[in-house]
Amino acid sequence: MGVSYSLEGYDLSRIIFWNIGRFLLLMVAVSVVVFTLVSVSPVDPVAANVGQAALVGMSDEKRAALDAYWGRNVPLPERYLSWGSALLQGDMGTSLRFNAPVADVIANRALNSLLLMSVAWLVSGVLGFALGVLAGTHRDTFLDRAVKSYCFVLAASPTFWVALLLLIVFSVWLGWFPIGFSQPIGKSAASVTLGDALYHLALPAITLSLVGVANVALHTREKTIDVMNSPYVRFARTRGLTERQIVLRHGLRNLALPAITIQFAQIAEIFGGSVLVEQVFSYPGLGQAAVVAGIGGDVALLAGIALVSAALVFGGNALANILYGVIDPRIRKGQTHG
Amino acid sequence: MDTTQHSQNHISAEFHHHHSHGAGSLHCGGHHLLQIEGLTVSFKMYKETDSGLRGYLNAKKHTVQVVHNLNLSVHVGEVVAVVGASGSGKTLMADSIMGIFEPNAEICGTIWFDGKPQTANSLAALRGNGISLVPQSVDSLDPLMRIGRQVRGVAHGSASRANKAQRAQLQKRLFKRYKLASEVEQMYPYQLSGGMARRVLLCCALMEEPSLIVADEPTPGLDLDLAVRAMDDFREFADAGGGVLLITHDIELALRVADRIAVFKDGTIVEETPSANFRSEELLQHEFTRELWRALPEHGFKVSSGKIEGEENA
Repeated sequence: MGVSYSLEGYDLSRIIFWNIGRFLLLMVAVSVVVFTLVSVSPVDPVAANVGQAALVGMSDEKRAALDAYWGRNVPLPERYLSWGSALLQGDMGTSLRFNAPVADVIANRALNSLLLMSVAWLVSGVLGFALGVLAGTHRDTFLDRAVKSYCFVLAASPTFWVALLLLIVFSVWLGWFPIGFSQPIGKSAASVTLGDALYHLALPAITLSLVGVANVALHTREKTIDVMNSPYVRFARTRGLTERQIVLRHGLRNLALPAITIQFAQIAEIFGGSVLVEQVFSYPGLGQAAVVAGIGGDVALLAGIALVSAALVFGGNALANILYGVIDPRIRKGQTHG
Repeated sequence: MDTTQHSQNHISAEFHHHHSHGAGSLHCGGHHLLQIEGLTVSFKMYKETDSGLRGYLNAKKHTVQVVHNLNLSVHVGEVVAVVGASGSGKTLMADSIMGIFEPNAEICGTIWFDGKPQTANSLAALRGNGISLVPQSVDSLDPLMRIGRQVRGVAHGSASRANKAQRAQLQKRLFKRYKLASEVEQMYPYQLSGGMARRVLLCCALMEEPSLIVADEPTPGLDLDLAVRAMDDFREFADAGGGVLLITHDIELALRVADRIAVFKDGTIVEETPSANFRSEELLQHEFTRELWRALPEHGFKVSSGKIEGEENA
């Protein structure tokens, strides 16, 4: 038949080449958009950082010095080019807001954020998939209705509002969780234990997960219904397989592809949600830094965070594409010949 | 139903139970392998009234009857072909035999299998355990599972290791018998040719060693040669002591192998007659059957009144 059944048929070098090309284009596009948006933004970085009152009582020389520090008089293309050429040499610039190299600020905060996001990503993915499959296979039963109601309510609720609600109930009223930050207030960084860190992580992670579950579960439920109505499931039924056997044998196998798509698309959702959740919980992560950078007109930091998050989402999607080929023999073959 | 008065064999063309018998029809144990009496399938649906939101909100539930008062029987050792236009409810009949019902369907009537009256639950228990379906196309195979594993299926009852090994052996025997190379075991459905897919689907059904095969339109998409071979395989199964209910819109093909032809029209079977009766028009009882007869190529393709329009877009 001349068909290879292994992954050898997978033209890896070509895929990698194309993906690198696309990645570079994406990075250029994202950075251009960030620079353009910041330059047309009404936020005056000097006023935002020095404060309106201080600015009024300031001498002209001092003001000119600040303008120069924030690069206000340098035209946009020039600013972009100098930032870009520095980036190519591995220098992401200096965050004017944090007065530290952008790379350091991001590295510092990424640890917090990645922990928060991966917990939320995994919990919402696993729980959402399980609920979606349960609802889809028990369509129109009480279970399905319960899952659907939960999802519709959560999907319709703004993330920051859910975060506030949980904060009020569990931190303020019940006192089960800290009201914010990534570690206890007034404790030196060296003496913070892993337990402290996880304790502070819990409520933001729960918030992000609860919201994420809705999205994953609703999509999975739709796909499950499709699969359970497919000709191959009908045929499996006529062969005497029980519904349980069908789900385990054919259902999960065929749900793997849509689940991967949903799960990796979810990275972007979780990232977006984390910006709001970190803000509400004063959690010092990338999302919060992005808000600070945006409001403060800190272009270098904002661009840095945008690039890192775009790279993360891109990496997720690329991984999803590779996994498709591993799971689906048709895609594997298509890529060999197409 | 009084089955005791049956003799083991019938005189050819003897008429009872709404049908006449073929020369080879046997009543093993004094009963039919499959008998359907008074099967009626209807659906609760919303009536389409005015268009727009008001029509949508005010739509009344009503019942649409798709299959009415259908009678049919299959004997041991025979191929019965149900012939009729596509979309006339033949697949609903097949689903009813397999005990597969849509949630909004209402089913009345009696189905006997091997002399025992069946309920929805007992029909479900017969799936792959007495009655096997041969589906229409390769779409009925899981696109992501290798053929071998798929054909072997799941052992019923205790899934012991010995049982698994037994099924693997049977699958290999079936592949040999239907000339499927052992490499096919490692393939995925999209890699099968039409003829291979057809044989794989048949092997799936035969894995369960059924006494009745229900074949739902098993030939579309196959060229004549392959379709004839499919028919021969069904004939062989019946000759070995099984029963075949062949659902098709291709009457010529059906006439090649079937002992009896059941003519399906507008949701019911209007006539069950031995294939031999298609020798001449006078032997056929129902007007629609005669129209089918006249539409056969050797009788001049005469299509009157256009009642079998369905045939063309089948």
